[in-house]
Amino acid sequence: MTMQLSKPLELPELARKNNIPSGIELERFIDPETDQETMTINMGPSHPSTHGVLRLVLELDGETVVNCTPHIGYLHTGIEKTMENLSYYKALVLTDREDYLSNLCNNLAYSMAVEKLMNVTIPIKGQYMRVLLNELERIASHMLWLGTHCLDIGAMSVFFYSWQDRDRVLEIKEHLSGVRTKTSWICPGGLRGDAPTGWLERVQEFLDYFPARIAMYETLLTNNPIWIERTRGVGIISGEDAIAFGMAGPSLRASGVNLDLRKTNPYSSYEEFEFDVAVGTYGDVYDRYRVRMEELRQSQAICVQALQKVIKMGPDSPVRTSDRKIAPPPREELDTSMEALIHHFKLFTEGYHPPIGEAIGAVEGPRGEKAYYVVSDGSNKPYRARIKGPSFYNLQALPTMVQGRLVADVVAMIGSIDIVLGDIDR
Amino acid sequence: MVDTDVRLGLSGSDLAIRDRTFKNDLARVDESSLTPDNCAEFKALAEAGLAGEVVLGKRFRDQDFLTVRKDRIVDILTTLRDDADCDYRLVSDIFGVDLLGFDREPRFEVIYSLYSLSTNRRIVIKAQVDEDEAAIDTVSDVWPAANWPEREIFDLFGIHFKGHPDLRRILMPDDWVGHPLRKDYPLGGEEVEFSHNVRGREENLPG
Repeated sequence: MTMQLSKPLELPELARKNNIPSGIELERFIDPETDQETMTINMGPSHPSTHGVLRLVLELDGETVVNCTPHIGYLHTGIEKTMENLSYYKALVLTDREDYLSNLCNNLAYSMAVEKLMNVTIPIKGQYMRVLLNELERIASHMLWLGTHCLDIGAMSVFFYSWQDRDRVLEIKEHLSGVRTKTSWICPGGLRGDAPTGWLERVQEFLDYFPARIAMYETLLTNNPIWIERTRGVGIISGEDAIAFGMAGPSLRASGVNLDLRKTNPYSSYEEFEFDVAVGTYGDVYDRYRVRMEELRQSQAICVQALQKVIKMGPDSPVRTSDRKIAPPPREELDTSMEALIHHFKLFTEGYHPPIGEAIGAVEGPRGEKAYYVVSDGSNKPYRARIKGPSFYNLQALPTMVQGRLVADVVAMIGSIDIVLGDIDR
Repeated sequence: MVDTDVRLGLSGSDLAIRDRTFKNDLARVDESSLTPDNCAEFKALAEAGLAGEVVLGKRFRDQDFLTVRKDRIVDILTTLRDDADCDYRLVSDIFGVDLLGFDREPRFEVIYSLYSLSTNRRIVIKAQVDEDEAAIDTVSDVWPAANWPEREIFDLFGIHFKGHPDLRRILMPDDWVGHPLRKDYPLGGEEVEFSHNVRGREENLPG
């Protein structure tokens, strides 16, 4: 199943004109023969710019980083082990808590894996709703990234604005589910429920308001000489290197690799949506910023299309599969139908038993390819649930990026690969 | 089937349910086997003289799985990376599975989930690893990306990677005993350091 890729977007001329590496020359490595003194400092695990509990041991020569060794595992909670001991339906809530900034994308990846095992298909409205929720999640995640990334580099005011916008998305999620972040709203079999009254209007309102906000962020940053000076030519990673390190998502695309699972392996009816994939040229911090800003615009466009499709389907079309073995019956049926009551009871006590086999559910999350590999042994619990965290692979490339750069640029590079420690340590 | 599976902690009704579904589901599985004719990756391996290394090829729900012997894993993966028709330059993920509950030898599988940038296809290579000699060659020379995932498998499954440049625990503390994702590793509570509510804690410990 392949389709024609859209033409990568050209970044404006300005980016090319400003291709001047900032700071010092790249060649300043230390010769081990000369016995030059270096200093080892510990950054993290509790540091405001490491975006969680990441610990970096930096070996410095003056202000230049000679060596960088990341130490991870401070947030290891054994989610994969815990999932093996819960039924499929209960294990879903752990996916929210794994990469805690892209909950609905994780829900979708896990649900797709379980649905593939069970061989069920989701009604088309449910698929559109999933697209809508995933793109809203991407906007929320990128807003958090933008705020914290700017705060790290020193552009403080952006943080307040972008946090406001993230909060708007969280309020939309709260209106839908009653929960602001960890909704588990996408579940195997479809969605937990349809949109409540007034929800679609509220999403429309947000989508009307949001493009002006993206323009505002671009005004604040894109042509800002200080921003360009801090980000242009910093943290360069070539496309070849990015592929070799298994990088994913915007961090990979900024290096010029046109890979977006929404285009290359469309899932959840993404093939019906029109959008472009932003691809960078130089693979530096600035390109990663530009790619994500363009993604915001594309996500908004996808949301508008998804919302129109959902409205067109009407409130009566289902968002859940009618297979009662995997999705619970509607609440009102329980009062009248013995069959529904039995299904409901069986589903929430014993759960379902997918056939023996394994399935991969992969989605394009805000940080890149989020894949769940679920092995079934025929019981009601996943025999093995493996979570592929894109941040885990993106962080692996960090030592290569920071070598020979200034220590002040390290925070810019950490921010630009948009890591979430919950995703790395699991 | 046995009455109790002590190593997995399954017994009675759990086991009965599992056995029943084992039988029922055989008919529902849409599974076919892969041959060099219907699978480009298998063909590339056969052309490189590695067909004998493939133990099993399986297509399940439009996903391709190749189970291979571990001895020539570096050759197999290098072939898949460099073959023009395959072009599996991108590592999607590398991880382990403990097959203790399947009653199958060998016990472990190291799984390489690869993604092709030119064909947009995905293939899963499973390398079989024994319990007695839990070791396999590293592929961190083939992809730098394999470095950390192999450390993670070493950490959580206790599988040794021969020739790995930096084989240390990555997620668990360095002095940790045992490998938590093994199926015979108990799912239990950790001993608490504070004592004011320790009685309540002990009662609530699972298992």
